[in-house]
Amino acid sequence: MSAVIDSHGHAHGHAGHHGPYSGIMRWITTTNHKDIGTMYLWFSFTMFLVGGAMAMVIRAELFEPGLQIVDPDFFNQMTTMHGLIMVFGAIMPAFVGFANWLIPMQIGAPDMAFARLNNWSFWLLPFAGSLLIISFFVPGGAPGVGWTMYAPLTVQMGMGMDLTIFAVHLLGMSSIMGSINIVTTILNMRAPGMTLMRMPLFCWTWLITGYLLIAAMPVLAGAVTMTLTDRHFGTTFFNAAGGGDPVLYQHIFWFFGHPEVYIIALPAFGVISQVIPAFSRKPLFGYASMVYATSAIAILSFMVWAHHMYTVGMPVTAQLFFMYATTLIAVPTGVKVFNWVATMWKGSLSFETPMLFAIGFLFLFTMGGFSGLVLSLAAVDIQLQDTYYVVAHFHYVMVAGALFSAFAGIYFWLPKWTGRMYNETLGKWHFWLSMIFFNMIFFVQHFLGLAGMPRRIPDYPLMFETWNKISSIGAFGFGLTQILFLYIVVKCITSGEKAPQKPWDGADSLEWTHLPTPAPYHSFETPPVLK
Amino acid sequence: MMPSKSKYRAARWAAAALLAAFSGLAQALEWNLQPPATPIAADVQGLHEYVMILVIVIFVGVFSVMFWSVYAHRKSKGHQAAQFHENTMVEMLWTVIPLIILIFIAWPATRTVIAQKDTSNADITVKATGMQWKWGYDYVKGEGEGIRLVSELSTPNEQIEGHATKDAHYLLEVDHPLVVPVGKKVRILTTAVDVVHSWWVPAFAVKQDAIPGFIRDTWFKATETGTFRGQCAELCGKNHGFMPIVVKVVPQQEYTAWVEQQKKRQASADAAVQTAEANASK
Repeated sequence: MSAVIDSHGHAHGHAGHHGPYSGIMRWITTTNHKDIGTMYLWFSFTMFLVGGAMAMVIRAELFEPGLQIVDPDFFNQMTTMHGLIMVFGAIMPAFVGFANWLIPMQIGAPDMAFARLNNWSFWLLPFAGSLLIISFFVPGGAPGVGWTMYAPLTVQMGMGMDLTIFAVHLLGMSSIMGSINIVTTILNMRAPGMTLMRMPLFCWTWLITGYLLIAAMPVLAGAVTMTLTDRHFGTTFFNAAGGGDPVLYQHIFWFFGHPEVYIIALPAFGVISQVIPAFSRKPLFGYASMVYATSAIAILSFMVWAHHMYTVGMPVTAQLFFMYATTLIAVPTGVKVFNWVATMWKGSLSFETPMLFAIGFLFLFTMGGFSGLVLSLAAVDIQLQDTYYVVAHFHYVMVAGALFSAFAGIYFWLPKWTGRMYNETLGKWHFWLSMIFFNMIFFVQHFLGLAGMPRRIPDYPLMFETWNKISSIGAFGFGLTQILFLYIVVKCITSGEKAPQKPWDGADSLEWTHLPTPAPYHSFETPPVLK
Repeated sequence: MMPSKSKYRAARWAAAALLAAFSGLAQALEWNLQPPATPIAADVQGLHEYVMILVIVIFVGVFSVMFWSVYAHRKSKGHQAAQFHENTMVEMLWTVIPLIILIFIAWPATRTVIAQKDTSNADITVKATGMQWKWGYDYVKGEGEGIRLVSELSTPNEQIEGHATKDAHYLLEVDHPLVVPVGKKVRILTTAVDVVHSWWVPAFAVKQDAIPGFIRDTWFKATETGTFRGQCAELCGKNHGFMPIVVKVVPQQEYTAWVEQQKKRQASADAAVQTAEANASK
């Protein structure tokens, strides 16, 4: 590893001043992984609030039977964009933000392998996000097709559909470039002595997620491009009259769509695998098994896509194959849950906010996993497909799972990033309010699905009223609670108490043991010596 | 650390209140699959219950361990951390045992999946065509062959917009329901004319996507008479929530009488069309 060359007096026009540009140009031109990580995180939080506002509109309309606030067409636009913005604008960029901040520090590298590519990977996102928002303002509005964008409904949509397709292409490009960067960095830039089986599990989960992204995102690009050409260039991929098949779209989409959910989940698992050992003051139980389980989940994730299509009319052999493959995923996932519990067992536990969110994750993600097991059984799924049971399931794993894990990670690493502590009392309020309101929204949705309420409807029969009311009240509470989170983060950054050098005595990865708090703008310009 | 007497009392009150609320709620609210009206639906309900019990047992087991740890292994209680971080025997056990449990789940599920797919030897075959936003029913084989209906939501707009009180079957009522005889195997062919829809009757545990340009099928055999209601189960545009399915299961004699009546109605409707066409060409 060559020593970093000083850029004093380089042709940048700021002779003798080593450090970032000031003002807006710093953020536009930065190639620093810490700056880029910060931008990803702020972008993701902004998108989270935008997507959250859409959820509030949805839950407001669903508070009571009848159409009170929006018309059915706009309602479909809300559900579609809520999904696209949350998945592609909020949760995925959040974990890329963590990857950028942490991977170089955790492996003892000075930055990502492709620092300029990193800048572009981020800056594609605000443009993509803008395209999604702009689609509301073109004739026909945003597409009302669900985030899954099934054909041939998509062929009926106005211009908003094309803007969305373009946005999806940009988002995909950003993810693919980011993953190439992450995989290359992890494989090539680990400090001497940092073998693969020695690096933090967070890095392992991102290494595997990187491969998933590279494999899956191009498939989504294919699906939406075929939609674009069916819409405008006379192709009939999804039109029987021309020899095509709507179900072809579903196969292509879900071949991307299933790995996609593990793309969201695996980095979340990685964060939890850092937080739980730190607050248990005990090493992660079964490190090797965790690596193998994560790999097994990733490989299996390519073989189960049609469990999203059990009602499409596939032959019985196919139903059975996908059922068996899907239920199998429960085995490595269970191994991970048991290993986290075993990490806590006989540890020396403390319950600061990161640990609270991690324990909340463990409890609620497992519940989501079990509703997934119920859904995996094709016979039962016939009743539950396209109902609120599915909505409940994926919000348990993506909100109580991935989002809570992101909260755990932010509280955990804020001191390292900013040199300041967040307010612990307020953090605990954020946790408990989120827990209570989250369950109020989504636990009752299991009942709605079982009782027969379809998803993606703006109005419903009377027997579904009570659970919907409870769910909507929970939604307003949960939404307000996230404003508290914004306050906590801003307060920490601007006026938080100075953090000690080692705020978490049980944390043992390189960023905690070998770097000051806050971490310097450039770290590990010479690699650390590992014993 | 002994909790005070008043803490116990408060806990008892809370538990009693919760129990009362829950049982009252359970009766008043919908919280489980609809009562089954076919053997397959009963199978599915049983399978779901079986898996739920298994899952709850495992969940309670695992999280009792975790919550015990949260209580007993706290740093504030002075617990010192052990440093073990692997145990091959334990890890093998908790890989193999879940695998075995999964086999115990997949086995009964397999039987039901195979049964759900067996559409052979139907007594009556009806084609359900999904359209934006209503269903068309064509009786293509068996008693009633030749009958054609279009089945559209009949809830008045005033109710949807809040200018009139909503009736009991709000959004679950149609002008012309599908009528079938009890105890006969009915095969439903599904297709669509525009986008993907899905034909779903929860009480029958039947859901089959209706795909434009293709024909899929499913089946049910209703074991009791009654009116069973479902909704479209695939997003199909703005009125996806407003194209319900209503199936009237009637005794055999009533069905035969209904078939007669439909055939007469159709014959006179066809005659009227013929006359109109003849007049128009004059």
